[in-house]
Amino acid sequence: MAQVGVIDRLSQSLKSIGYWVDVRFPIGKMWREHMAEYYAPKNFNFWYYFGSLALVVLVLQIVTGIFLTMNYKPSAADAFASVEYIMRDVPWGWLIRYMHAVGASFFFITVYLHMFRGLMYGSYRRPRELVWILGMFIYLALMAEAFMGYLLPWGQMSYWGAQVIVSLFGAIPVIGDGLSEWIRGDYYISDITLNRFFSFHVIAVPLILLALVVMHILALHEVGSLNPDGVEIKKKKGPDGIPLDGIPFHPYYTVKDIVGVAVFAMAFCAIVFFAPEFFGMFLEHANFEPADPLKTPDHIAPVWYFTPFYAILRAIPNKLGGVVLMGMAIVMLFLLPWLDRSPVRSIRYKGLIFKIALTIFAISFVMLGYLGLQPATPTFVMFARVCTFLYFGFFIFMPFYSRWDKTKPVPDRVTFHHE
Amino acid sequence: MSVTSDDLDHGRRHFLTLATSLAGGVGVVATAIPFLSSFRPSARARALGAPVEVDISKLEPGALIKVEWRGQPVYVLSRTEEALATLATLEATVRDPLSEQAQQPGYAQNQHRSMRPEIFVMIGVCTHLGCAPAFRPDVAPVDLGPDWLGGFFCPCHGSKFDLAGRVYDGMPAQLNLTVPPHRFLNDSTLLIGDEGLG
Amino acid sequence: MNRLAWFLIFALAAPGVLASGGEGGLMLSAHNDVGNISSLQRGARNFVNYCLGCHSAKFVRYNRVARDLGITESDLAENLMWTAEKPHETMQVAMPAADSTRWFGRVPPDMSLIARSRGVDWLYTYLKSFYVDEGATFGSNNIVLPGLTMPNVLWQLEGTKEAIVEETVDHDGNKHDTIVGFRALTAGTMSEEEFDHFVTDLVNFLDYMGEPMQLKRQSLGIRVIAYLLVFFLLALALKKEFWKDVH
Repeated sequence: MAQVGVIDRLSQSLKSIGYWVDVRFPIGKMWREHMAEYYAPKNFNFWYYFGSLALVVLVLQIVTGIFLTMNYKPSAADAFASVEYIMRDVPWGWLIRYMHAVGASFFFITVYLHMFRGLMYGSYRRPRELVWILGMFIYLALMAEAFMGYLLPWGQMSYWGAQVIVSLFGAIPVIGDGLSEWIRGDYYISDITLNRFFSFHVIAVPLILLALVVMHILALHEVGSLNPDGVEIKKKKGPDGIPLDGIPFHPYYTVKDIVGVAVFAMAFCAIVFFAPEFFGMFLEHANFEPADPLKTPDHIAPVWYFTPFYAILRAIPNKLGGVVLMGMAIVMLFLLPWLDRSPVRSIRYKGLIFKIALTIFAISFVMLGYLGLQPATPTFVMFARVCTFLYFGFFIFMPFYSRWDKTKPVPDRVTFHHE
Repeated sequence: MSVTSDDLDHGRRHFLTLATSLAGGVGVVATAIPFLSSFRPSARARALGAPVEVDISKLEPGALIKVEWRGQPVYVLSRTEEALATLATLEATVRDPLSEQAQQPGYAQNQHRSMRPEIFVMIGVCTHLGCAPAFRPDVAPVDLGPDWLGGFFCPCHGSKFDLAGRVYDGMPAQLNLTVPPHRFLNDSTLLIGDEGLG
Repeated sequence: MNRLAWFLIFALAAPGVLASGGEGGLMLSAHNDVGNISSLQRGARNFVNYCLGCHSAKFVRYNRVARDLGITESDLAENLMWTAEKPHETMQVAMPAADSTRWFGRVPPDMSLIARSRGVDWLYTYLKSFYVDEGATFGSNNIVLPGLTMPNVLWQLEGTKEAIVEETVDHDGNKHDTIVGFRALTAGTMSEEEFDHFVTDLVNFLDYMGEPMQLKRQSLGIRVIAYLLVFFLLALALKKEFWKDVH
């Protein structure tokens, strides 16, 4: 009996501490708004795991990054050796480094799948344009983060990759050369460049990234999540004012997302522990050679997540044209909410034209990624041109084919089959 | 809302919640271990903190040399017969005359706190707040008073130690100065920091 | 529509078609096993005796090698530690950089990560591809790295061989002199099989040096994934239990 009294008193005092905080800080309100009383459609499928997974990778990258920063030295003389110091001398340093390096690739895997989900189900359509745009800014920040992070190990690929990308800015008329020099802070990629990229990589861009992620989620929770049917669940509410097809995010989607995290962790650990280089895709072989400004490796290619855009760049036989087209490839994605004129949102109710267009787009994107990894032989460049055309065609012709497409009737409520 | 929990199996739900939370907790703790372990001295730190050899062949009686080991000053003092004789007379004055506190390896827990009586090895870090005590071999100087028989004096907070690093009673420092692990490789070479040998 | 479908098939088929026309470099397979500790011990000895004179392994500590390879401290000091005084030191070369630059035109590259940047098969092939070439700087050349500035340091073990050159015609009808094989000139102190083992052990040690934790991470990985599997099953049961509410 005395035991029960203790537990009662304990929970009583916990409650009063919670109340004390709640009066002063809206922790309970935030919990309810974003978790316990955030009503998400009940028909999320496999593709809806990747948002929460991207968040998990973000946390993983921040934590591993903090620990790497403790032993990494951002100077041209010490950087390469300090990475090997982490790999060999620091207890468990190898694990933390592999987690961070593999994590970078997994970040892009989850983000690409998350974006593809948006393409399929029309997640970018009104009123979710800002959710999409903020997401695109996250993608841009992520690319900047990955690019600058890749210079830090100061290997041959780090060095020459940065050299090529910074030179792209030189394509801009008039100010180009001055701009590249300004970015490097030197006449070549040097210790000075490394030091400023380090600063951007460990603090400036992560801060922006975090702020954007918060805004992305706030914007999403303001309008509510869409679903594979593209049906607005807020249109059909019960007498309690809660959407008929909505379920509280917590506990239903927290327990579901944990399952996703477990599967994701297995895939992640399989690579970290058994193939951390992932056959030269995640950690390139040439990057195990220290940076040498006097010797370009025979074949340089960016890491896989940049190669689609790199292939577009190489497909154009004009420096400025290539850079502009590469930039346009990203801009197109930003414009998506206004290009899609289909009366329906989800691919489930769109017609054959959209299905084929999306398939071709996905294949051409993957193909461009593959081509960007290969040497620029005439055959490969020819393929890259075809794929570039297909990539842009998806966006440019969308206002037309999305209207002509024969759509199916959209149901009033979401479709849901109990497992 | 399409959620109903009428025919709920509370027991099963509670059990699974608990089991998953526990398993997840184990995973989080296990993941934390490598991260926290990475704070331990690295292989390089251990290499730099390896034992140092000191040549004592040129150490005159009464003289003191300082060497650095793991970023700390280590004092090696060659004591004269007279200096050793002072130790017995101070037994009532010092706080821990028999070195009962574990401030030295077992082989230095004796009256003179050393392996060889004349060669005294200590870490030059005051056991009060970490200043470096000054070596004051002069007998009865003006600032330390007529009873001073030679020893170490910490300038920061005034702790006094005798020639075996034993702290005087009533000082800010409570413990004798630390004797690091050491051994003699031969007559003229001292190895400081070798923990392999007792 | 038809055109789109055609592009689709084309795009799908292209990578396969292109891959088949890839480079046909002749690369031998090292077949080394970093789990084979005695091979690693022999490789460490080979490395110290034949390579460390010129090539450092500046990220590798002697005591780490001893610990990972089950070598005692006294064996280490007697048989391996020729360029260092203390077991915790890294594998440096005694030769000053200025001398090596004068003799070889450059400082011989560090070997710590050579297996990761070049790959074990490349190293294995390279070490077996020296041949006598009077025109070369050190009297020998290498088909993997033509015009190299490294002498054939293993010639006494392997013996010397010369290249068999044949004229070949490529796809475009141009004629080339191509090395199609080797012919033994003088015998070495080792048989061909012994030399193969020697090189395999050496490459194995280079592989180990590139990533000393590679064995540990795999055994740890199995346990981590086993744990995750249990966690996954629990999480799945929990999810199914909660989702009984959703209709």
